[in-house]
Amino acid sequence: MAEQITDATFDEVVLKSDIPVLLDFWAPWCGPCRAVGPIVDEIAKEYAGRVRVVKMNVDENPATPTKFMVRAIPTLVLFKNGETVEHITGAVTKAAMAELLDTKALA
Amino acid sequence: MKAFDALVIGAGPAGITAAMYLARSGHSVCLFERLTPGGQVLATENLENYPGFPKGIKGYELADTLNAHLEGLAVDRIPHAVESVSGAAGQFVLHADGRDFSGKTVLVCTGASHRKLGVDGEDRLLGRGVSYCAICDGNFFRGQSVAVIGGGNSALEEALYLSNIAAKVTLIHRREGFRGLKIYLDRLEKMTDKVDIQRNTVITNLHGEDRLTGLTLKNARSGAEKYLAVDGLFIYVGFAPDVTFLPKSVECDAQGFIVTDTEMRASVPGIFAAGDIRSKHCRQAITAAGDGATAAQAAFLFLEQLHV
Repeated sequence: MAEQITDATFDEVVLKSDIPVLLDFWAPWCGPCRAVGPIVDEIAKEYAGRVRVVKMNVDENPATPTKFMVRAIPTLVLFKNGETVEHITGAVTKAAMAELLDTKALA
Repeated sequence: MKAFDALVIGAGPAGITAAMYLARSGHSVCLFERLTPGGQVLATENLENYPGFPKGIKGYELADTLNAHLEGLAVDRIPHAVESVSGAAGQFVLHADGRDFSGKTVLVCTGASHRKLGVDGEDRLLGRGVSYCAICDGNFFRGQSVAVIGGGNSALEEALYLSNIAAKVTLIHRREGFRGLKIYLDRLEKMTDKVDIQRNTVITNLHGEDRLTGLTLKNARSGAEKYLAVDGLFIYVGFAPDVTFLPKSVECDAQGFIVTDTEMRASVPGIFAAGDIRSKHCRQAITAAGDGATAAQAAFLFLEQLHV
């Protein structure tokens, strides 16, 4: 399972990470978020040690989504060296997530 | 390569039901789903019209419940998108996840996804004010001004949903009359302080660089244009099928939905279609499930004849 982070832990976990971070903004009542949630968990397992994959519940953590102008969920944001590299909104396949990580995070 | 009796593509209500019927009757089934099982049910807040749940059921709960029906049944599951289908009855070849799968029949249950509006900036502003899911994203627009475009039930339902959250909802429709239920329209028309209805109106432009700031509206009759400042735009202009992975010989209607007979048989023998991907009027979770059962039954009969 991908680790859940909060507004309070965001800087430490995401911005100060030594490796790229994929952040999944989600909420429990969001159907498309549930459609990708298990895929995000699989990606977390497969990229362990290479990309840190984390999730943030936007209901409980309003500050970070606002800061990154997230106005739709699910939104996946890829961070590298504390900078945003890419964001994807909407449910995407595992293959699309893997391609994003292979080309933008690990290249 | 092992040939499955049936390759079922899509694990929404249609595909899950078809796979369940086929597996229970002793047929070998491989079920393909690119996302998590449930299909559009997952993106529905609450289903009040699915029989057996008189108090309604949350979309994600129904998705889980449907999926649970496959537990313990001999169904192979491939969590990948299908790239192509070729071959003929008895020996179809399906390509997914860099592999080939062989099947005697193919049941297409891939549903439909939201149709895009087709206005410049729609892709760029997706997730920056443009949305296709009020349930998902409405909360980001609490106390703000939003627009909903469309004339069917989805547009009306979502406009009602958003009227509880946003400060102002503008409902935009290109025609005078709405296709959606009158009961919904009546409710919206009564909320004159909060809901503004713009008929015979189209959106010609989306404004904003990194977030949506407004729309250019054009009256379809007079041609007059005006600017409407909004923070969010929710698009409900119908659904589009995806049949690009199927052989061209599968007959589709003008909108791209698969034409079948009442037994869900497509124009190519051995290919069946069920649910929203099919050319028909009524697209509901329950009719998708019904289509799935019918398609499975038609596939049994087809397989029997194939064995003769």
